[in-house]
Amino acid sequence: MDFGSINPVLLIASLMVASTPILLAAIGELVVERSGVLNLGVEGMMIVGAVSGFIVTVETQSPALGFVAGALGATLLSLVFGVLTLVFLSNQVATGLGLTLFGLGISALMGQEYAQLRTPTSPRWEFFGLNELPVIGPILFNQHPVVYLSLLLVVGVWWFLKTTRSGMILRAVGENHDAAHSLGYSVLGTRFAAIAFGGACAGLGGAFLSLVIVPQWTDGMTAGRGWIALAIVVFASWRAWRVLLGAYLFGGISVLQLNLQAAGFAIPVELLSMSPYLITILVLVIISSGRGRTGGQAPASLGRSFHASG
Amino acid sequence: MKKRTFLAATLAATLATSAFADGHEPTKVGFIYVGPIGDGGWTYEHHQGLLAVEAEFGDKVETMYQENVPEGADAERAMTQMALQGADIIFTTSFGYMDPTINVAQKFPDVKFEHATGYKRADNVSTYSARFYEGRAVQGHIAGKMTKSNKIGYIASFPIPEVIRGINSAYIHAKKANPDVEMSVIWVYTWFDPAKEADAAKALIENGVDVVMQHTDSTAPQAAAAEAGGVVTFGQASDMSEYAPFPRVSSIIDNWAPYYIDRVRAVMDGTWESMDTWDGIAPGMVEIGEITDAVPADVKAEALALRDALSDGSYHAFTGPLNKQDGSPWLAEGETADDGTLAGMDFYVEGITGEIPN
Repeated sequence: MDFGSINPVLLIASLMVASTPILLAAIGELVVERSGVLNLGVEGMMIVGAVSGFIVTVETQSPALGFVAGALGATLLSLVFGVLTLVFLSNQVATGLGLTLFGLGISALMGQEYAQLRTPTSPRWEFFGLNELPVIGPILFNQHPVVYLSLLLVVGVWWFLKTTRSGMILRAVGENHDAAHSLGYSVLGTRFAAIAFGGACAGLGGAFLSLVIVPQWTDGMTAGRGWIALAIVVFASWRAWRVLLGAYLFGGISVLQLNLQAAGFAIPVELLSMSPYLITILVLVIISSGRGRTGGQAPASLGRSFHASG
Repeated sequence: MKKRTFLAATLAATLATSAFADGHEPTKVGFIYVGPIGDGGWTYEHHQGLLAVEAEFGDKVETMYQENVPEGADAERAMTQMALQGADIIFTTSFGYMDPTINVAQKFPDVKFEHATGYKRADNVSTYSARFYEGRAVQGHIAGKMTKSNKIGYIASFPIPEVIRGINSAYIHAKKANPDVEMSVIWVYTWFDPAKEADAAKALIENGVDVVMQHTDSTAPQAAAAEAGGVVTFGQASDMSEYAPFPRVSSIIDNWAPYYIDRVRAVMDGTWESMDTWDGIAPGMVEIGEITDAVPADVKAEALALRDALSDGSYHAFTGPLNKQDGSPWLAEGETADDGTLAGMDFYVEGITGEIPN
């Protein structure tokens, strides 16, 4: 097959990078939603992660600390959401939307002094020369550490939800919080933990944008990626592997269509531009509809407030 | 952003009170921005214009602005809100605000509107734009001389005449400087999405491009080029000098301040009229940012000579002989393009591959 001036190896390597922020945010939100909480603040948490990570990296010159700060910053924000929705029983949808607006605002405020600064580039791993291998070298052995982390997280979340006792409790809380409560499980504790995990993942994704992909701080730089992550969780019918597929499809086709344009393929640009949305939704809907009723259901308690009084 | 709008409103209210105290009601000036004022590009420069208006008129004006207003229905809401807050003149600073501006202007005949880069006017709607294509000509020349791979990349936003003019002007002058040059255009369908702009720049670079031009608002493509190394870029809308001397070797700077000051003064004097302004390098609305030493001295001299010729009118950026992309003749030898054709430009010139999306 003739790829024109496109180098397929470079293409695959860069689509993995481009997909990572959405994958991180989506896998975090998946855990949150499986515990029965709908947090629409992903966009806000991502951007707070982006700005926190960037500020700390500029101040300490250490991208690693920056990623930690990004995750922590967004976790803090997510805990605000947790307190409001779990303790004060505020409406999850409204609070989540508020969280996004708040996150966009506070990140602009925090980042004012940091616009247009540059950070040290965060190195990619090289695996003792394995990155020199043809084809698989650049794809498998020469990525940024957070790319590996994001893939590990997918495996971890899948394993956790499927096989561990805590994972089953989390799912039980998400399916029927009253039943879980009457069995003696801590609904609030489980949900707080899930929300914090979701916040940390979204923050990592945001920091990956501001430290690796772009890499700089600009107001509003997440530009809607949090919403894409939310949509992918739904279309992936709350399954970890499908979230991976969805995020890589979306990120991959976004990069592929830019490459097709750059290489001058005679495909209408309108079609290329909408292809990431169209193909991701189509593929995920087809996969999710194929397995009968048990496959594509939302957690039964999703979005419902819980109070022990029942 | 909410917070800052709120602060701006509070500040405005305070100013208003003090102005009432000495008997003058300040002229209220509103700005609608498509991106954040911290984008380092397009919106940043419009906001510099707002600051210049404040500096010029002090407490005789009261300014307000709203950032990140989407192009479309939501823009009408933002403009309506500003008009209801008593704005005397509202600048709507993106092409996609064209129809919303006209619609809202009909509802508020006493409010003056100024729409940037559009072509629809009304009794209370003026349009203004800058001849960015003159700056693109200078960039194209430098690009043609600087490229080693003979491949130039162009990150384009939306297929509107302003963007197409820029692509054509850059291509014509790159080709003149270097007959072997090819141009790849990527349409990203956004004015501002740093990650997407960065991905587009990377895609171009991975496809062998070593000069990247952009018609989007963030500095992300500059960062991508800096990381790739050996790739030339140009500042867009703003100087983007933090990436000088390399990869950013020059820039187009939009200087809106004099225009904004003139128009606000016209409102104060009661002399405001609906008109169309389209200024270029000569009056200073388009500035060419410093050409750095990364550009060879002879190329720099040629680029500056080109700038001066465009400025004094001895040369027009679209001078024949030029054919359209399909080979049909457009301009004969020595003929220059008229403003009408340029304002509605919807075709590539001969030599550019690819199609303009609808």
